[in-house]
Formats: sequence, C-alpha cells, structure tokens
Amino acid sequence: MISNEDVKKLALLARLNLSEPEAQRLHKDLNSILGYMERLQKVDVSKVDPMSHVHGATNVFREDELKPSLPVEAALELAPDHSGRFIRVPIVIDQGGEN
Amino acid sequence: MSDLTHLSISDLRTGLAGKKFSSRELTQTYLDKIDKTKELNAFILVDRDKALAAADQADKMRAAGSNLPLLGIPGAIKDMILTKDVRTTAASKILQNFVPPYSATVVNRLEAAGSIVLGKTNLDEFAMGSSNENSAFGAVKNPWDIERVPGGSSGGSAAAIAACLAPYALGTDTGGSIRQPASFCNIVGIKPTYGRVSRYGVVAYASSLDQVGPMARTVQDCAEICQVLSGHDEFDSTSVDKPVPQYVAGLKKGVKGLRLGIPKEYFIKGLDPEVEKAVRGAIKQLESLGATTVEISLPHTELAVAVYYILAPAEASSNLARYDGVRYGYRAQGSKDLMDLYCRSRSEGFGQEVQRRIMIGTYVLSSGYFDAFYLKAQKVRTLIAQDFQKAFAEKCDVIVSPTAPTTAFRIAEKVTDPLAMYLNDIFTIPVNLAGLPGMSLPCGFDSKGLPIGLQLIGKPWDEETLFNAGFAYESGTEWHKRLPEMAKV
Repeated sequence: MISNEDVKKLALLARLNLSEPEAQRLHKDLNSILGYMERLQKVDVSKVDPMSHVHGATNVFREDELKPSLPVEAALELAPDHSGRFIRVPIVIDQGGEN
Repeated sequence: MSDLTHLSISDLRTGLAGKKFSSRELTQTYLDKIDKTKELNAFILVDRDKALAAADQADKMRAAGSNLPLLGIPGAIKDMILTKDVRTTAASKILQNFVPPYSATVVNRLEAAGSIVLGKTNLDEFAMGSSNENSAFGAVKNPWDIERVPGGSSGGSAAAIAACLAPYALGTDTGGSIRQPASFCNIVGIKPTYGRVSRYGVVAYASSLDQVGPMARTVQDCAEICQVLSGHDEFDSTSVDKPVPQYVAGLKKGVKGLRLGIPKEYFIKGLDPEVEKAVRGAIKQLESLGATTVEISLPHTELAVAVYYILAPAEASSNLARYDGVRYGYRAQGSKDLMDLYCRSRSEGFGQEVQRRIMIGTYVLSSGYFDAFYLKAQKVRTLIAQDFQKAFAEKCDVIVSPTAPTTAFRIAEKVTDPLAMYLNDIFTIPVNLAGLPGMSLPCGFDSKGLPIGLQLIGKPWDEETLFNAGFAYESGTEWHKRLPEMAKV
C-alpha cells in the first residue's frame, strides 16, 4: 500500500502538480491497481531472464556520417517561446540574495 | 453505380482505372459523408482542400499513365501518427497546436503508393485507453449504437471504417488498440509482428509494444495496406530487415491442414456467453473448411494484464518526459521558474488517464520498487512469450480466440473503475507482450445487434497465414458485409 505522502513524492518525480482531490483519487486508484499487480509476486522467476525486446535485438549501428536533419529554424518554430537561435524559459538558476 | 463508399480497395482501383469515377469524385464523396456523420466524432481534423488537391494530383498522374497501387485512393490516419504540415495531437491538450515538420514513414509509404490523406482520426489520449473516452477532443461514438463506445484506443479509425468514411485507416496497437475497436465495430484490423512496420514518426507510448497496422472492412483490404506499410526503415532501428511476402497473391491458399490452437485459458469466466458461442461457431466453420483444432495451454495468461500495466506505464512515463513545455507543445503561462513551468505545463496538458499511467510508471521504476515490479514484470513477460513459443513449436500454426471478452459497452460504464477497463484487454495484451502478429475479424453479432470479433494469432513474421485463414473464413461468411445504418447515409 502506498501512502498519501508517497503519491505527492511521485507527483514531484513525475513533474506533475496535483490538487488535493486529484491526489486523493490517484491514491485510491494506485492502491487498487498496484494491489492487482501483487499477483506477480507468487510467480517463481528465479531462472528466468527479463525481456526488454521481443526479438532479442541488441545495438543497431550505422556509419557515423553527416546526413541532412531538421533545420534549426524549423525546430524553433515549434518552441512556445524563442529568442534568436535560443529557446526562452523562465529563470533556472537561483540568483540568491535579495533578488 | 452503388454507393462508392462501400467499395473495397480493389474495386476502387478498378473503378478509378476504368474511369467510372475520378479520385476527386471519390474523395469528395467521402468528405461529404464525414460531414454528415459528425456526431460520431471519429475525426479530429479533416483537411478538405488538401485532400481534394491531392486527389486532383492523383487524377493527373493517372492520366499521365501512372498506376501506383493506391493511386487516388483515400485513407484516414490515426492522430497518433505524424503528418507533415498537418496538425497531429495524439488527442492531447499538450499537443493541441503541434504541426509536425515531418511525416511518419508509414504516411510517406502510403503517399508514395498514391494514397490520399482524408484526415486524422480520434483516439484515446496518447493511445491510453480501451474506449476512446479519454480524448481531449471528446469521446467517439460507436456507429452500431451511438450510446456505446467504439473501443480504443484506435476508436476513431474503427468508427470511420465501420461508417464507411474511408476505405482504410491506420491504427496503432500497444495492448489491443487496433484489434479491440475492430471487434467492437465489425471491421478487420491487424497488428503486425513487432518490427514489421516502422514506428518512425509515431508518437511513442510504450516503445517495446507499439506497432502500426491497417484497419479496413475486409481481410484483403487489410492485406493490401499491410503490404505497403511493411518493411525495414533505417529511421527505426527496431524495424527488421526481412523479406515481406506478397500478401494478396497468397490469399486463396485456404486452410486445409492448418492446425488451429484453442487456448483453454481464453474461454473463462467473464467471457460473455454470446461471444463464446460466436467464436466457437467460427472455429467450426474453419474446421469445415479443412482446418484441424487442438486444445492448447497458455498458462501465464492471467498474469498478462498485470505485466502490461507495469511495463506500458513504465515506458510511457519515460517517453512522455519529453513533454516539458520547453521545446514544443503546450506551455503553461505565468510560471515563476523552470520547475513550475514543467509541473504546470504537464498537469494542465495531460488528461487524467495519462497522468495516472505516468504515476504508475514512475512508481514501478522508482528505487526500492524497480525489482519488485518492473524487473519482475519483464521476467514474467518472458514466461508469457515462452507459452506462445511452446504452443507454436509443438501443437499449432495459428491460435484462435475471442478478441475481447464482451461486445461494446456503454459510454461512461467503466470510466470510474480503471481496473475493470484494463481487464477488457485480457485477450489482446499477451500478443503485444510476445511481439506476435494478431488480427481481429467479424464473426457474428450478439442479441443486442452488437458485433463480435474473432482473434487470430500467428507465429512471428507470419502475417501471411493470418491473412489466408482470415480470407478463407470471411469468404464463407456474411458478417463483414453487414453495415450499420450510419454507413448508408
């Protein structure tokens, strides 16, 4: 079972703001869903390898050569806010002091 | 001439080649019908001018002697798949204004074959859902009964095909999102083997499970489109470089001697008796055509839903981290710092089910829970895949089952209980976990007049046998010919 506090911690990790009613609803849903997952715990997998890719593919390499790609201007067009060749965002670094 | 919108792809090709109608006339007919059936909410975007311009271009090319396989034939694209210069939303507020600067490989392939994009079909947000109720653009209605869901997540594509708003549509299938709506809407849909079709330019949900596939009203139409979609793509390193058989040419092989595996774990409590009866009837029909049947066991079936709802949300929580309000997509206004911008953009941009899955995924990947949930699920996934390998190695060529445990349920019936909604995918999820090809095709109706789907599951890379068996079954039945009243407007 996960607690209300866990839900808030997870929301922070997932970069989500939850209102109190949303947090409560998710708390209930998560416990119900994770409770259902408990059935996996009884399966013996001590001799089983995990599967991350169905055909067992590993790295796929290509020659490291220059190819055309999306022009910077076209990519910047998609940004919600940009200035020159840069994407603009709110302040990142804590300026400290009285600012 | 009967209603153009009811014709199969090969009949459309013949009609266009024989100048019985032009691509412009055909495209106009579909566009008009889309207008008349707006209450279905099957499309998020229809670009009339663009579609008609492409149709004119196709007519010109035909006059100049071109005979590309899909020349002048329209199709609809699930709005999970990027179309250059045409808004692509994944049915999410977070992408509500996103106009992609490039097209998915599957779209490029269809256009190179001469096809025309009519529009973008509705879906569950980021393909997360089994009812198409989780769309920022509103729920899709089932053309067979507009008080019911069309299934999901490719619900818009399924509704569009059932109502004859396009001859074919693309869907994506992560846990059943092509097959379950196909089942609910009386159409055919196939999820190819993982790696058969490029995922480049397809909005990522769960990358180890996602696959694109066609939805249409007949097996042959699906085979025609699958032919165009399939093959290696250098832009998707998980697409596999294997020869693609000629699907249509082999369709008449029949099922004589084909060994059908009937998994006992798929005929369980919770399976609607009317669905079971129709599926058993379809199996008898296949036997009468020369197939043999054998009972098989897929013992880890009951764990598949739990495995899926760990792995898919885990991959989703990672894939959806890119939506941060910085480089593209929705950005919340008035944020005080970067962290605030991330959190507010994501909370305002993602819908409820998407946030729920991001939270589950974040939980199962977080330290302390990774081994117990994520790693465990990856191991049980191996066991589920081995169940299928064993059945195919020892007993059968194709596995036959219901596609979904019930027919289409009512809108709002399951929205308050996410777990009940998840269990709806119990017969389709194992196929994605094992990376196998799976098809759903019409096999009857229940007493309420709602369609029932038959699922055929094949060996890896053996879409061909699914098409052959599906074609043989369909040729001896009439189910696929039934159309909802809405298709006749």
